[in-house]
Amino acid sequence: MAKDSDFLVQMNDIYIEGRSDETWMPIINGVDLTLRRGEVLGLIGESGAGKSTLGLAAMGFCRDGVRISGGEVYFDGIDLLAAGASAKRNLLGKRIAYVAQSAAASFNPAHRLIDQHTEAPIRHGVMSRAESEKDGMELYQRLRLPNPDEIGFRYPHQVSGGQLQRAMTAMAMSCRPDLIIFDEPTTALDVTTQIEVLASIRDIVAQFNTAAIYITHDLAVVAQMADRIKVLLKGDEVEEADTRTMLTDPKEDYTKSLWAVRAFQRPQKPAVLSGATPVISVKNVTAAYGPVPVLNDVSFDIHEGRTVAVVGESGSGKSTAARCITGLLPPKQGSIEFEGQALPSDYRRRNRMQLRQAQMIYQMADTALNPRKTIGEIIGRPVQFYMGLTGAAKRKRVEELLDEIELPAHQYIDRLPSELSGGQKQRIGIARALAAEPKFIICDEVTSALDQLVAEGILRLLARLQDDLKLSYMFITHDLATVRSIADEVVVMKDGRVVEQGPKSEMFQPPHHAYTDLLLSSVPEMDPDWLTKLLAERGIENIGDAAVTKMS
Amino acid sequence: MSRSLVVPAIALLFTVIVLVDFVMGIGVLWYLYAVLQILMVPFELMTTATAPMVAVLGGWKWIVYLALLCVGGYGFRAVGQRLTKNRPFYRDMPFSVALGYVFAATLIVVVLLNYSRSFSTLGGMPDSYFFFRSALHFLVLSSVAAVLFRQFGCMVGTASTRKLFRQMPATASFGILIIICYAIAAIFAPMIAPHGQETIFPRANIIPLVPEAMGGDPAFPLGTDQIGRDILSRLIYGAQNTVGIAFVTTVLAFFLGVTGGFLAAVLRGWVDQVLSRLVDVLMAIPALIFSLLLITAASSLFSGTGLTWAMIVIIAVIDSTRVFRLSRAVGMNIVVMDYIEASRLRGEGVGYMIFREILPNATAPLLAEFGLRFCFVFLTIAALSFLGLGIQPPLADWGTMVKDLGQFVNYAAFLPQYAMLPLLPAGAIALLTVAVNFVVDWMLQRSSGLKE
Repeated sequence: MAKDSDFLVQMNDIYIEGRSDETWMPIINGVDLTLRRGEVLGLIGESGAGKSTLGLAAMGFCRDGVRISGGEVYFDGIDLLAAGASAKRNLLGKRIAYVAQSAAASFNPAHRLIDQHTEAPIRHGVMSRAESEKDGMELYQRLRLPNPDEIGFRYPHQVSGGQLQRAMTAMAMSCRPDLIIFDEPTTALDVTTQIEVLASIRDIVAQFNTAAIYITHDLAVVAQMADRIKVLLKGDEVEEADTRTMLTDPKEDYTKSLWAVRAFQRPQKPAVLSGATPVISVKNVTAAYGPVPVLNDVSFDIHEGRTVAVVGESGSGKSTAARCITGLLPPKQGSIEFEGQALPSDYRRRNRMQLRQAQMIYQMADTALNPRKTIGEIIGRPVQFYMGLTGAAKRKRVEELLDEIELPAHQYIDRLPSELSGGQKQRIGIARALAAEPKFIICDEVTSALDQLVAEGILRLLARLQDDLKLSYMFITHDLATVRSIADEVVVMKDGRVVEQGPKSEMFQPPHHAYTDLLLSSVPEMDPDWLTKLLAERGIENIGDAAVTKMS
Repeated sequence: MSRSLVVPAIALLFTVIVLVDFVMGIGVLWYLYAVLQILMVPFELMTTATAPMVAVLGGWKWIVYLALLCVGGYGFRAVGQRLTKNRPFYRDMPFSVALGYVFAATLIVVVLLNYSRSFSTLGGMPDSYFFFRSALHFLVLSSVAAVLFRQFGCMVGTASTRKLFRQMPATASFGILIIICYAIAAIFAPMIAPHGQETIFPRANIIPLVPEAMGGDPAFPLGTDQIGRDILSRLIYGAQNTVGIAFVTTVLAFFLGVTGGFLAAVLRGWVDQVLSRLVDVLMAIPALIFSLLLITAASSLFSGTGLTWAMIVIIAVIDSTRVFRLSRAVGMNIVVMDYIEASRLRGEGVGYMIFREILPNATAPLLAEFGLRFCFVFLTIAALSFLGLGIQPPLADWGTMVKDLGQFVNYAAFLPQYAMLPLLPAGAIALLTVAVNFVVDWMLQRSSGLKE
């Protein structure tokens, strides 16, 4: 095989297998990948497509229980699959670096940032400790971390998630590697934080002419970052092209379907009749966890058959508002009314009918379903508990509910949650809520853990159920694309207060409250020039956390 | 491998120390010395080869041995790399690992050498290799039995049990085999045992495992004790008494501990406070001393079977404090899950939440704890019986047997078959402890997905 010196990374016909249930299952089936110096390649695909596995294989590394069963990996002419442990040790950390999805989980909480930063340069003999610390502070400055001279001496828990992700990028840069692999570095972040991290990653990669593999499932993000995009589906390459061609003129049907996801949008509903009694009415609620105030005089109404989206970044009090409605956190002041009547503030003092009316669908379907119960038991329990159905009648109702969520009953009723995919689990969560035959459902970030195609399916299902059953939704989310597709009304929250609320059509039209405007402008668009334009328009000081700090 | 061996090794050492030390009155140091002796064997072997050098070096010979071992390790790795053309296994082998291989190989050679020597003992002389040979035979036999049992398990049964056996390490299949054997012995003791546990025969002190000419008796393969009871039968009945009582006690301890722990986790608040502080108070008193105290007090109220039941309850209550701690911690982790919140919001009662939502998700850690707890209870009962407070004669019990037969250890130098007698019940206790730990370790690994 010719080793073209133009290419920094060259992976030929890679096959990767994973050990599962005593056999080797294919994960990657013969994918080629090449990367020139200074080039950024975006890898996209849904979960399970093998993006991360392929990214790690570019370092010659496999996770436990995974093996590279065929193909070749060359890094700058070095055959990584044949190289010994010591040869690889010289490359990893020094010439190849890795930025993980969760910086909070990847930093060692017992050491200061700067000590972790300097470890690789000292180990590899690139720099002395003093040099590396100085260089670290310079990198922190370039990544626009606040107080760059001082922040490195903090422990990981003392800085915010976005700052930690940037510190991790700085750490990856510490030896000035030729290649960095970014594995979903912004997936766990808020939109306003994400934009800042994106801008700084893009800058620093360009400044040092570093090649990068950027793994993500968010198309709009990859459009900003990558020069070329490779689309993976179940371990096969679907297509590869440079970013602009890919966005404007995708060849394959699968790619087109990915691009089309963001097109789903429900028609605007007519305005609510004035004087109609809302299903749920939150009235001047103030709540606190112990002495820490979380909600401050929050009021909003949710009408029959309507979806109210509550948006805001983490810590803004969206989920706490839901906890107040369900009664898990009794408010200090104010009340929750259901169809005009005040509900007891503590869920333990509500009766079954009151509990039945407000159901919840959770973000993480994994923890929301008892892993030791079959689907039939999970959905059957509320049927039996509230409706008093048993035996054949109960089973019939469960089958109806499974039909409702578009899963064939005979196939799924006896399965365990672990035997379902993420989207299917979320559907079971919906069915469990429907089993109580409620009027009102709280959807807490129900799509944020899902791939876009799957998430769209869930949104369409929720929309159809709303139309059929006249349900009201409180839709907690930080994803404005979701808001745009499903909401009727929007409530924007910040620091436990409602900063703005109104019908969706008004919310997406200027003029906005400054914070709403920031939220809206931070949502990445499918235009490769979006980030550049935004930075030119607003300036680096007026996006992300920096802007939020200015505001308060 | 190291983790799976450490726990049973400690348990074994603990048992041996507790039960045999009392008898021999020698103390822990002797065992440490014995362990050191075993470790020194490879060096001693080298002595013959390096005798002239030793004569010159004298006390510095250890350094030479260590150097030899290092050279051996280095050479082994180098040769391996050369011969296999740098296979990753040899290429990336750290020096310490190579050293370990060479040390293990030396040890195996020494063991085989000693084994071959053990048959050349002169007739009429005491067999000084008796214990070494028996231990080696037992090790080989049990390994073969474990592998065969696993093969057997792979071929019969349903698809899922066959899969279970295929993925099972040999240690676990050994553990399961031993537990099955103990269970059979305990349940069918009256049918298996050649004599009754209380029957006294006229001939006492029959020597085990020797032909009639030397004072043995084929009707009593393991001989008889000082008052003429058949030791084999008492060992088998001992399984019924010791293991059965330990099992009942552990089940009771778990019922109390798990219920309390989950209640505390679900209800929190004052229930948690009251239960936890109560448990703290009980745990503050050393367990063995506390149970001794309570059983002594109970012995003035009950006698015979009543005292045994009192002992069961006392040990169960004391051990349930540990179970409470664990199940409260496990329960706390499960209670924060969204599906528990969903069932709270549905309005479910405490009983449903504990037994239907939490318990099925806590089975793995609780089962593992059950295995360990069973061992501890079992050892406590054996220790209490050894002290004369546990299972009361004439019922056969391993702890009491160790105590009664203890003096025979003094025969070790000239009649090892005799000296073996107290080691049989002690070994029975140790073997079950090890077997249970093997199984528990395997279950823990399966449930947590830990890799070696």
